[in-house]
Amino acid sequence: MSNDFLQMHLKAVMSCLVIFLYKVHTTKAGQFFSSGHTNNWAVLVCTSRFWFNYRHVANTLSVYRSVKRLGIPDSHIVLMLADDMACNYRNPRPATVFSHKNMELNVYGDDVEVDYRGYEVTVENFLRVLTGRLPPSTPRSKRLLSDDRSNILIYLTGHGGNGFLKFQDSEEISNMELADAFEQMWQKRRYNELLFIIDTCQGASMYERFYSPNLMALASSQVGEDSLSHQPDLAIGVHLMDKYTFYLLEFLEEVHPASQANMNDLFKVCPQSQCVSTPGHRTDLFQRDPGSVLITDFFGSVRKVEITKDTINLTSPVEPPIQRSGSGDIQIESLTYVDQLPVAEIIHQKPKQKDWHPPDGFILGLWTLILLVFFQTYGIKHLKHIF
Amino acid sequence: CSHHPGKARDQFQEELVIRPLHSGDIYASFQFRTLWDTDFLQERQKVSHYRLFPKSLGQVLSKFSVRELHISFTQGFWRTMQWGQPFIPSPPGAELWVWFHDTVSDVDGNWKELTNVLSGIFCASLNFIDLTNTVQPSASFKPLGLGNATDHRFLRYATLPREIVCTENLTPWKKLLPCGSKAGLSVLLKSEKLFHSSFHSQAVHIRPVCQDEQCTSKAWELRQTLNVVFDLYTSGQGKKEWSLFKMFSRTLTEACPLATSSKVYVDITDNPELFELSPATPLLSQAVVLGDRRTYSVFDLTRAETFGQLRSLNLLLRWKGDSGMLRPLLHAERYVAGFGLQTGEIHTVIYNNHPYRAFPVLLMDSVPWYLQLYIHTLTVTSKSRDNKPSYIHYQPAKDRHRPHLLEMLIQLPPHSMTEVTVQFERALLKWTEYTPDPNHGFYVGSSVVSALVPSMVAMNTNFTQDQPLFSSFVPVKEESSYFVRVYTEPLLVNLPTPDFSMPYNVICLTCTVVAVGYGSFYNLLTRTFQVDEPSLPLAKRLANLIRRIRGVPLLA
Repeated sequence: MSNDFLQMHLKAVMSCLVIFLYKVHTTKAGQFFSSGHTNNWAVLVCTSRFWFNYRHVANTLSVYRSVKRLGIPDSHIVLMLADDMACNYRNPRPATVFSHKNMELNVYGDDVEVDYRGYEVTVENFLRVLTGRLPPSTPRSKRLLSDDRSNILIYLTGHGGNGFLKFQDSEEISNMELADAFEQMWQKRRYNELLFIIDTCQGASMYERFYSPNLMALASSQVGEDSLSHQPDLAIGVHLMDKYTFYLLEFLEEVHPASQANMNDLFKVCPQSQCVSTPGHRTDLFQRDPGSVLITDFFGSVRKVEITKDTINLTSPVEPPIQRSGSGDIQIESLTYVDQLPVAEIIHQKPKQKDWHPPDGFILGLWTLILLVFFQTYGIKHLKHIF
Repeated sequence: CSHHPGKARDQFQEELVIRPLHSGDIYASFQFRTLWDTDFLQERQKVSHYRLFPKSLGQVLSKFSVRELHISFTQGFWRTMQWGQPFIPSPPGAELWVWFHDTVSDVDGNWKELTNVLSGIFCASLNFIDLTNTVQPSASFKPLGLGNATDHRFLRYATLPREIVCTENLTPWKKLLPCGSKAGLSVLLKSEKLFHSSFHSQAVHIRPVCQDEQCTSKAWELRQTLNVVFDLYTSGQGKKEWSLFKMFSRTLTEACPLATSSKVYVDITDNPELFELSPATPLLSQAVVLGDRRTYSVFDLTRAETFGQLRSLNLLLRWKGDSGMLRPLLHAERYVAGFGLQTGEIHTVIYNNHPYRAFPVLLMDSVPWYLQLYIHTLTVTSKSRDNKPSYIHYQPAKDRHRPHLLEMLIQLPPHSMTEVTVQFERALLKWTEYTPDPNHGFYVGSSVVSALVPSMVAMNTNFTQDQPLFSSFVPVKEESSYFVRVYTEPLLVNLPTPDFSMPYNVICLTCTVVAVGYGSFYNLLTRTFQVDEPSLPLAKRLANLIRRIRGVPLLA
């Protein structure tokens, strides 16, 4: 009796164990495929101009560096920097942008590619990049060519206030415009999931109006609080980075492409004891649980690799036909270079005949007036002298 | 794997020229040339197999029917009086000039799309080039490549003097090289050293050239040039001693495997009085460049013995004495005179330092429309006498459509200074046309002075394949003179700038005045006064109710 009971108990335990293991296996495999995205994009924007806003460029470049290190290629990153700090004449170390006063990390790097720079960083260009409504001659590197399976990371930094972000000291973008842009992106199926990070004063006000699904947002400070900068450098003379992004960079430096760190760890970056302001986040529009979202879902890049064991035969290369045949019979005169400063020719250059345009309205009106006055004064009988 | 037995249709050569300057600075000029024997503009056969020639540029050439393309990005200004003439001159900022093929029907449309495509390739804001800063020079900028038709309707020229050059422009430029930045001379191109210099200029020149000495067919030539001048005090720490490691923080270890020739030339014409060079090399070559015969020490990187036992080549130049300043034959300056924010005067000064020869120069000025030039005040004086130009081409500006274009052919008397002055008035822009930092000022592009300067030694008019690259850039038609282009400084003018907070201030003030004024007036007219009974407390109200029932007089 007890033997049967024991056996039954054992069978129950075994089946439970099998089911448990199976479940674990499927969640791991399931997690790999449940993220639902096939490519990653990043839009990193620094909106401030002038040398004393060095820290905003350093913020954006440090996120750029992390994102590139974790695998997203330059062709999938749209980097917008409103001013040039690296080659600014005030920079004592040209072609470098540092994040820390020990000058240990040059976030500018040796292979940076900035897509929008200087005066091109405007609210209009930013919204056009997001919604994809760019003029047809825009090159590929300036476009966000995402599709409905793309995970997009959007990072904004600069000076902001309650409900707006200032672009280049001359215009601003409001939180409603941003929310509408994201809604346009959702309706055009331009993203699968979107992570929005903002590092400005009162940053949480920028995400309170979002209403599209699959959006997760992080901000460096709540409404009514200021985001503070981290530390100045006496040689460069300005503050190098903002506190929130500094600790974010420190956190991201420990993330590698295979890391399992998830969004809950990201929410814990820079608590109030370090940041003085209270970072905020918003996950109610996001469908998955933040604990199951990996950092590399947004900061890294998906690489689907298929390993095959068969050999593939490549076709032999096609040789282009030699074009020089048949030129032997025709006598070609030798070509010459053009004279760089043909003085005699220039002096005797006739003015180029411009294309004939029909007379302007003003000229026509003037001539009509003259003719009318003439015929008024001298009468119509003089017409026969003209014709 | 099968290998095509015939000769490869393209070849690549790289070259570095190091020229020590009299002031203690050092000038390094890189040239990378890809020569490709094909015809992009052939309709029947689309080119699809790119080997050394970069595909991005090849597709641009065939799509827009470009005959010649010259683009340069420069940081800093070339100081002709201290450094002499550069091998490849360039103005500060970005400069783009293109000759289109005469089959193109809409040149302006092609130009607009070409600038957008190039802005994506080079990570620069070239999309700001539009009709308001493009000109069609009628006599300057003749094609540097083969051809005979020179109808200037197919030429477009534009500069962006405000354009910044930084690592993001160098990165795609390096990607166009066949060896990238991994082997050969391009390993020296490290941005932290290159941008910490007095002058940095990178350029791409594409043009059709003679394939061989008979010159019966064309080949496409792509030249990528990088000129850099390292300053004695900022990079050299004040010591007149330069080495490859000090300049570039790298040494050379190998030539680019795809290059047919990879050479380093060091200008030792002033050796041994001025400086000494180590390692000394027996290979010497002479070349006539910029009107002067110079001697060069040649280091051939394709030969293993150049690198010595350490397998790395680090050239060392040590200065021994000082020497006098050289006087270049042609020099130009430009500045703005006048005061206030309404009018001004542009002065362009051209110096001819030749002791007895006079020569003509072509001065081209392109001034934006918001500086309204008064051409009736144009004066050209040499040696305080009026000097009438033999050719003037002036195209007036059209507001918001076209800039001014002024081209003049001036004969410069020997040993003289010629001054060209023209007065202008500053326009008031619409408030949306100002940049976000309008108090910085607005830039006016450099003037271009093109001249055939008499040469001291006979120039080489024959075209040979193994001429060094730095002496074969500009085609030489006659022996007695060489062609040179000098760029002046760009101008920075302040335009009258409104106070951008004024609309807000005006709205606040007006609304306050209207509210206070109209409000009080309205009240005065429509307000009536009524006597209002104060409401009694509860106890008194109850007492009044009882009193009313009783019929007794009420309380107050």
